[in-house]
Amino acid sequence: MKVSYYPGCTLKTKARNLDETITGSLDKLGIDYFELDRWNCCGAVFPLQDDDLVHLIAPVRNLIRAKERGSDVLMTVCSLCYNALARANLVMREDEEKRSTLNTFMEEEPDYNGEVEVLHLLSFLRDKVGWDKIREQVKTPLTGLKAAPYYGCLLQRPREIAIDTADTPEIFEEYLAALGAESVDFPAAHECCGSYQIVTHPDVAIECSASIIESASSKEADILVSSCPLCEYNLGLRQKDILAKYPDRKPVPSVYFTQLLAVALGVTEEMCHFELNMEEVRELLLERNFIPA
Amino acid sequence: MSEKNSDVLVDDGVDTRTLVPIYIMGKKYMVPEALTIMKAMEYAGYTYIRGCGCRGGICGACSTVYRKPGDYHIRVGLACQTVVEPEMYLAQIPFYPANRAVYDYQSAEAIADEVFKAYPELLRCVACNVCTKACPMDVEVMDYISTIKRGDLEAALEISFDCIQCGLCASRCMGELPQYHIAQMVRRLVGGKITPKAEHMATMVEQIAQDRYHAEIEKLKAMSEDELKAVYQARELEPATADEFWKPEDNTYL
Repeated sequence: MKVSYYPGCTLKTKARNLDETITGSLDKLGIDYFELDRWNCCGAVFPLQDDDLVHLIAPVRNLIRAKERGSDVLMTVCSLCYNALARANLVMREDEEKRSTLNTFMEEEPDYNGEVEVLHLLSFLRDKVGWDKIREQVKTPLTGLKAAPYYGCLLQRPREIAIDTADTPEIFEEYLAALGAESVDFPAAHECCGSYQIVTHPDVAIECSASIIESASSKEADILVSSCPLCEYNLGLRQKDILAKYPDRKPVPSVYFTQLLAVALGVTEEMCHFELNMEEVRELLLERNFIPA
Repeated sequence: MSEKNSDVLVDDGVDTRTLVPIYIMGKKYMVPEALTIMKAMEYAGYTYIRGCGCRGGICGACSTVYRKPGDYHIRVGLACQTVVEPEMYLAQIPFYPANRAVYDYQSAEAIADEVFKAYPELLRCVACNVCTKACPMDVEVMDYISTIKRGDLEAALEISFDCIQCGLCASRCMGELPQYHIAQMVRRLVGGKITPKAEHMATMVEQIAQDRYHAEIEKLKAMSEDELKAVYQARELEPATADEFWKPEDNTYL
């Protein structure tokens, strides 16, 4: 197994707190992987129009890059990247006609037939590393932390690329358990955060995110845990807008799942970049003695 | 020069060069093989008053697009560098209109957001790679656009360094990006705000200000044209094979 890591554009710009906690944690776990040296945008949104092949070029080209480097497993983390790459891979594996059209268009590249397996980091950790190995490596168990695993809408839909059983996933809960944290079962775990509506219809996005935060809060979650820079932006960095609209509500710190892994494994705080999260995140982790003062 | 037949050119009864057919903007011309497109067009009677600069493959003024029979690919080249091929169909693209953003260099930070602000169309790239295929300098155009998207401006500088601003990338882009203007903005931001300053340059400028080279310049200014030519011909050149320890014989100004 030769594992390549596809970071994605946002992880290299706005979401360093996601990127560096991934690489920091994988290094701590002693996992053999390499970051792809040549890649482009994942395409961000999988095209839903059946004959829109132009927007499959970007994700497929990244899969070709992984294949070119001899990688058979491409691991990625951002929910949008995962969804776009995994679905494009499915097209290349299952749709002979589209595969042929895309390979013909990208004549300057080697043909691609779906040889690479696209895995989200959570499934990678479960299937290729194992919860036990993570449990063994945890230096600071997150004992007593009530974490709300926010799947969002892209990790589980459509079911063909779901990172766990489509209807009753437990992978996020198992992951949090391996870190010593307690999972909070909350109704809005699979709702949409409002996504790109934050740009054009901010009120709509704020309502979506507000109900997710309220849902986690109603189950007494200490922290909301997500896997996507856009979700984290809507739920975390823009939470101040939600609190301004609903002043009686309490903030719920929002964090990337990899930041909790990094804390549990003892990755330096410098790499965790809590300064890029809402300030309540660091306050909470300090209060619980999960990070050194 | 006289024509023996339509395909062969006899030069002073000795030099026989074969003529080949090419199509300039759809019209057929017989031109000597082994000419560059630029010289072939001049041979055919065209005069360049624009769209021609250095004639050395550097200035990027003489972009050509062409097709070969039985091949759907659009091919590109610089007219001054590309040799004619029989049956090629060609046209010059001396200029291609592309959005060139105005931004305040002094206040601009060397970060990706600054580039997105100036060129929001950058994010319309779908990674089709047609820009790269259109580059006569073999620059990986799509790759530098990708590195800008992910905020790695220094990589974009490296990858785009050979760009000669011909504009062929922009002419082919389905996202309507002006790649070469974007790359120039990035190189300016990185060059001026990230790359360390060349300290020796400041020393040199200071020395010039203190008239270190004044006497030498005055001496040249006083020379006649013939004297100048003689001095120029006699100048000492650094050999192409010189290593870093090479020094000129006259090292007064080292």
